[in-house]
Amino acid sequence: MRLINRRPDRASRLILVILPFALLLFAYFTGSATRLTENPNDKLLPSAVQMTDAIKRVAIIPDQRTGEYLLWQDTASSLQRLAMGLAISAVVGLCVGIASGVLPLFGAPLSPLLTVLSMVPPLAVLPILFIVFGLGELSKVMLIVIGITPVLARDLEQRAREIPVELLIKAQTLGASTWTLILRVVLPQLLPRLLISLRLVLGSAWLFLIAAEAIASTDGLGYRIFLVRRYLAMDMILPYVAWITLLAWLMDWGLKALTRKAFPWYEGVRP
Amino acid sequence: MSFISVNNVWQQYDDQVVLEGLNLSIAEGEFCTLVGASGCGKSTFLRLLLGQEVPSKGVILLDEQPIANEPDASRGVVFQRYSVFPHLSVLDNVALGLELPRSALLGRLFGKAKREAREQASALLHKVGLGHALDKYPTQLSGGMQQRLAIAQALIMKPRVLLLDEPFGALDPGIRKDMHVLLLELWRETKLTVFMVTHDLCEGFNLGTRLLVFDKVRLDPHAPGAYGARITYDIPLNSDRRAARAAIESLQTA
Repeated sequence: MRLINRRPDRASRLILVILPFALLLFAYFTGSATRLTENPNDKLLPSAVQMTDAIKRVAIIPDQRTGEYLLWQDTASSLQRLAMGLAISAVVGLCVGIASGVLPLFGAPLSPLLTVLSMVPPLAVLPILFIVFGLGELSKVMLIVIGITPVLARDLEQRAREIPVELLIKAQTLGASTWTLILRVVLPQLLPRLLISLRLVLGSAWLFLIAAEAIASTDGLGYRIFLVRRYLAMDMILPYVAWITLLAWLMDWGLKALTRKAFPWYEGVRP
Repeated sequence: MSFISVNNVWQQYDDQVVLEGLNLSIAEGEFCTLVGASGCGKSTFLRLLLGQEVPSKGVILLDEQPIANEPDASRGVVFQRYSVFPHLSVLDNVALGLELPRSALLGRLFGKAKREAREQASALLHKVGLGHALDKYPTQLSGGMQQRLAIAQALIMKPRVLLLDEPFGALDPGIRKDMHVLLLELWRETKLTVFMVTHDLCEGFNLGTRLLVFDKVRLDPHAPGAYGARITYDIPLNSDRRAARAAIESLQTA
């Protein structure tokens, strides 16, 4: 049988899903054990016990200086920044995308502008943001907004253009004005697409968040990783990275579930 | 007096002439079927009637007034595909036509007004045979059901003109027969003037009270775009149907 026609059944699919993760963990912990037997003070590949201890120090035991639980505080501030950035970008991206994709008079000036703006490397304007907005929360949120809004807007613009012209004409024969046409036909059809676009830009959003926190911040997941890097604290960095990955994955999964739940018509409902 | 009159209409894209010198006068309540080879301007003519395009030359009058140069509620339309809104249930697809004109700000009704709109939509849907599928989404319907929905959606507006662009082109023959019956029934009940583009000559002859054949009478092999299509045949059909309708109308006015 050709390879292209061979499919895993349920059981072997599960094994195939777990296998790469298991191999990765196995490779890591064998490496870690080998290095630690040679030199118990090795910091590069900490053992599971060392990592658990490090996590306990930040998640369960309050910080000696501030009395706060660092991991949860870092998580809260990072997620708050991320959520604000994503929310602002989603609203702006949706408005710009619809205006530019549906209204030719708005699309003419907006579309080329968006193309150029999306080519500006967001990290290159980070210094400008720090100069203009100061080192506070605003500049970090703005970096996320500047980084992902053009991507969202361009994607939604494209999706808006893909709405069949027949539907727009039909809506007009049903008595829609430009405004109600956008409200009742274009917007509802673009919302599920917005959620999908958000999933696609989640990775970039985290990248910009951590970059901003690494450079100027006093808390946050990115700040913590870059802070403990000075002490080669791999036992702390690795769990933090894993935690960030888990959070990002959960957000992705949540958005996916939301799309299914809120827009059952989108992925072709069955009778 | 003619309801729709087409006066010397030309349509031309760059140097490609699609339609040339169209002159027509259509009485209210006529069922016109438009046939002709592919690419000879039937659909272009329909788009002109719809207001989706503006003729390069000439004018189309509806009730002595030039027709609006954008689509509006006076002319309903059913396309071969993409005629219904995928994000609305069957019921809301039809109720939308009642909601949009009455609510300029939000495009939707609430409370009692919404209930009434839905009842009205539901009555029409029962009539076209979709009473069992009110809560389904269009993707859950078969092709024929989707076109029934599209027709109901257009009729809820009570348009004076209904434009059909190969509405049954993608349906299989059995379903197509059912749709013909439905369409004729709806046409008899309303004072609708219908224009229907079709590739199927039989359909054109069976349904219409007037068959319009589009064809190019002049052809320059060195410049295929130099001449456009005209209406080469204009055949009155099914005079019994036309007569019956005229009789009913005279009874109603008497």
